[in-house]
Amino acid sequence: MSASELDLAGRVVELVAGLAGPDAQAEVTVGRAELALTRFANSAIHQNVAESAVEVRLRLHVEGRTAAGSASTATADGLRTLVERVLVAARITPPDPAWPGLAPPAPVAPSAEWDAGIAYAEPADRAALVRAFVDAADGLTTAGYCRTAVRTAAFANSAGHAARGRTAEAAMDGIARAGGVDGTARHSVDRLADLDGAALGRRAAAKARAAADPVELPPGRYPVVLEPAAVADLLQNLAWYGFNGKRYAERQSFAVPGVAQLDPAVTLVDDPLRGAGLPFDLEGTPTRALTLVDAGTTRAVAHDRRSAAATGAESTGHAGVGSSTFGPVPHHLRLAPAGAANPTASTPTVSPYGAAADADTAALVSRMGRGLLVSDFWYTRVLEPKSLVITGLTRNGVWLVEDGRITRAVRDLRFTESYPRALGPGSVLEVGRRTARQPDGLDGVWWDAPSLRLASWNFTGGASG
Amino acid sequence: MSEFDAAAAAVQAALDTGARYADARVMHRRYESMSARNGEVEALTQDESVGLGVRALVGSSWGFHAVPELSDRAARDAGHRAARTAAASALVPGPQVDLVPVDPVVASWSSPCEVDPLGVSLAVKGDLLVAATATMAGHGADLAEGLYQVWDTAKWFVSSEGHRIDQHIRECGAGIAATSIGDGETQRRSWPSYRGQYGTTGWELVESLELTAHAARIAEESRELLTAPLCPTGETDLILGGEQLALQIHESVGHAIELDRILGWEAAFAGTSWLDLAQLGSLRYGSDLMNITIDPTIPGALGSFGYDDEGSPAVKRHAVRDGRWVGVLAGRDSAAVAGLDHGGSVRADGWARLPMVRMTNVGLEPGPHTLEEIVAATDNGVLMDVNRSWSIDDKRLNFQFGCEIGWEIRNGRRVRMLRNPTYTGIGPLFWRSMDMLSSEIVSWGTPNCGKGQPGQVGHTGHPAAPARFRNVRLGVRA
Repeated sequence: MSASELDLAGRVVELVAGLAGPDAQAEVTVGRAELALTRFANSAIHQNVAESAVEVRLRLHVEGRTAAGSASTATADGLRTLVERVLVAARITPPDPAWPGLAPPAPVAPSAEWDAGIAYAEPADRAALVRAFVDAADGLTTAGYCRTAVRTAAFANSAGHAARGRTAEAAMDGIARAGGVDGTARHSVDRLADLDGAALGRRAAAKARAAADPVELPPGRYPVVLEPAAVADLLQNLAWYGFNGKRYAERQSFAVPGVAQLDPAVTLVDDPLRGAGLPFDLEGTPTRALTLVDAGTTRAVAHDRRSAAATGAESTGHAGVGSSTFGPVPHHLRLAPAGAANPTASTPTVSPYGAAADADTAALVSRMGRGLLVSDFWYTRVLEPKSLVITGLTRNGVWLVEDGRITRAVRDLRFTESYPRALGPGSVLEVGRRTARQPDGLDGVWWDAPSLRLASWNFTGGASG
Repeated sequence: MSEFDAAAAAVQAALDTGARYADARVMHRRYESMSARNGEVEALTQDESVGLGVRALVGSSWGFHAVPELSDRAARDAGHRAARTAAASALVPGPQVDLVPVDPVVASWSSPCEVDPLGVSLAVKGDLLVAATATMAGHGADLAEGLYQVWDTAKWFVSSEGHRIDQHIRECGAGIAATSIGDGETQRRSWPSYRGQYGTTGWELVESLELTAHAARIAEESRELLTAPLCPTGETDLILGGEQLALQIHESVGHAIELDRILGWEAAFAGTSWLDLAQLGSLRYGSDLMNITIDPTIPGALGSFGYDDEGSPAVKRHAVRDGRWVGVLAGRDSAAVAGLDHGGSVRADGWARLPMVRMTNVGLEPGPHTLEEIVAATDNGVLMDVNRSWSIDDKRLNFQFGCEIGWEIRNGRRVRMLRNPTYTGIGPLFWRSMDMLSSEIVSWGTPNCGKGQPGQVGHTGHPAAPARFRNVRLGVRA
């Protein structure tokens, strides 16, 4: 693709005007990506993949009807074929009376600094990080991945709005295994130099060794300290089902702006510009930091133009692929740590306490009488969307804490818990002082979380049922 | 150049760069979906994607590279880069990689299709969803949703061993859902299942679902559920409808028998398996009624194909026979590690993704009963159907499922509707408790099976029928 993404987006808008007339409303995103992921298991690289991708997305509203489409080619013929195809679809499909119109021209922030280390990472660079992780586990079996992702994108629409941006993200996520139990460490970064495979490997190994010989505990309610990996699951589910503007409009979300629904210790901000996010969404709306919860009080939900129109709000810049059906989702959520206005995300360190991910988590554990330290959650699914009751399991290490000390490892437990209730007023006893940015399964998506000490978590089953 | 030529160029470039084996797939996929909400079309999307992915084996290491172009230059560059990536993998090497033999095949295959789904007018498709959702909205649903999806995939496979296979697979399906919203909770009813029913077939499948005919009923049931009594807590007999049992099979059998999981290749993400290869052929997985097949040859089922993405032909095999574990889902490399003689279950969700072990059609063979007989033979129990939530641990043992609707069974009869039904258990204990199984098999399609890093979405099929399980724990809640 020789032309710039912005030129290509503009060409598609012109093609639409030429084929559908001046009243047609088009919005176009042209994206290019270089994605690579080096995967290891049984302490060896077993899958090593890279992808060069191009995608042209067009959404078209003409004669009161709407259709969207995409193509993986950006040749002149390919662009014309895309426009013709979407135009035919739009003219045949039933009317769309809820069309929210195009984003007007608006300033878009420049993209954050782009790390050349990620942009030009070679397979050997990722393999070296994997080598460091494996070696640091000191003989334990390891598994995980190292990924680099670079995306450039441009937007143009028939209203004269245009924007462009680029992002780069690298991440590692791995486990070490000892005697059938696992320890984990993961980190999402904006600079490849900030990815420390050895530190992650050491931390995963320390946790795995500390998880040896787990005992089974009876289910019931326990106070908990949740490490950042587990807190990331809370953030993800709150984002998808709670702060989703479409689900809010449909009365399927617990969120009620203006109401103190969570503990005063909880402040949640979606901040795509803090790292790895593009400065505009799929509708061209500029992205910005959006405070969803301020000291426990719900302040906002995420909107695209359609959900915003349905609720009399304005788009918050959260349109994405599929947001017209599932709804707009904040993908860069940060739970503010305690006691720091501008906290520095923690670098992966090895806790002297073994089981705890870091010294910050260990401090929270020291102030818990009897309860459980939980490393990670797994396979969490919604039982009831409005109250956001979730079931799932613990994974990668659980420990019993007595009188502020970790006394022994515990087998995995199943839980059934309402996330808003677990974070409700009076339920968050302590928030860690440092966050750790956790990667998502999708590159460029992250959840930045400190550890949390909660009054109660509802475990509904043990490993044996 | 032709698609075969592009794939061959990529394979040759990988060999020229040091690969001892290489294969390449060109894929051209058209995807169309439409959703409607409360009597109006909500979104219409038509995506088209073309590209090439090449896999190279250098020494004991794999590399994969994918590009969205089919020119000779792009194909050769992808082949070179796949081999170079494989060579870089050698910095963290594993054991010797072998591939179980597969005869090189030159072949074509197409899935059965009476009515081309992409040939049906968008107006007709839209009218169907608009009518069904309007009917649900008119019968009390606060949120009436409908969806259809179509995938039309052509792919061309070439390997350095001489394979040249082209396949054309058309998949489609549809479903509707009614949601009623009460104070603090919502209730949903779907038809024929959550997200719908899917198959490797034409639009005739969607027509057979009779979406509009079921719209009023499920809307009324969703509203009725808001005031229905809660599913009781405790242990009792559980009857599962076929749709829910299909997902039970998917989660607690299908994933557990994936050989890559058993070998630890998915340990960090999807997880491992409670199954130990040393017990293959002897382990008691379930009751004698439990006969599970791996069968990609079922006409029209969603996990069907002619050849998998390594060129292995579709073959029916048993995974569980008379309750005993006898088979796995495997690829050519994982089978060689395990000392098995066949792969046949490797697929990728697009040209940009590495082929990996995936379910095909994994499901039950028919039992001797009917649902009516099972209900009539149950004194105290609960009948549950249509999945609402699913969760299972990383070894595929400890599960908890929620269903949309439950029915209390007393003295062989359905007595009353129950809301928020859930059940939980441990896979093999649960399957060993199955004492009645219906003959009313349906091949349910699951178009949303996630696995792999980067993530891939698999399309799988699950023949299933209603069945009864004894002494199951029900009614877990927050």
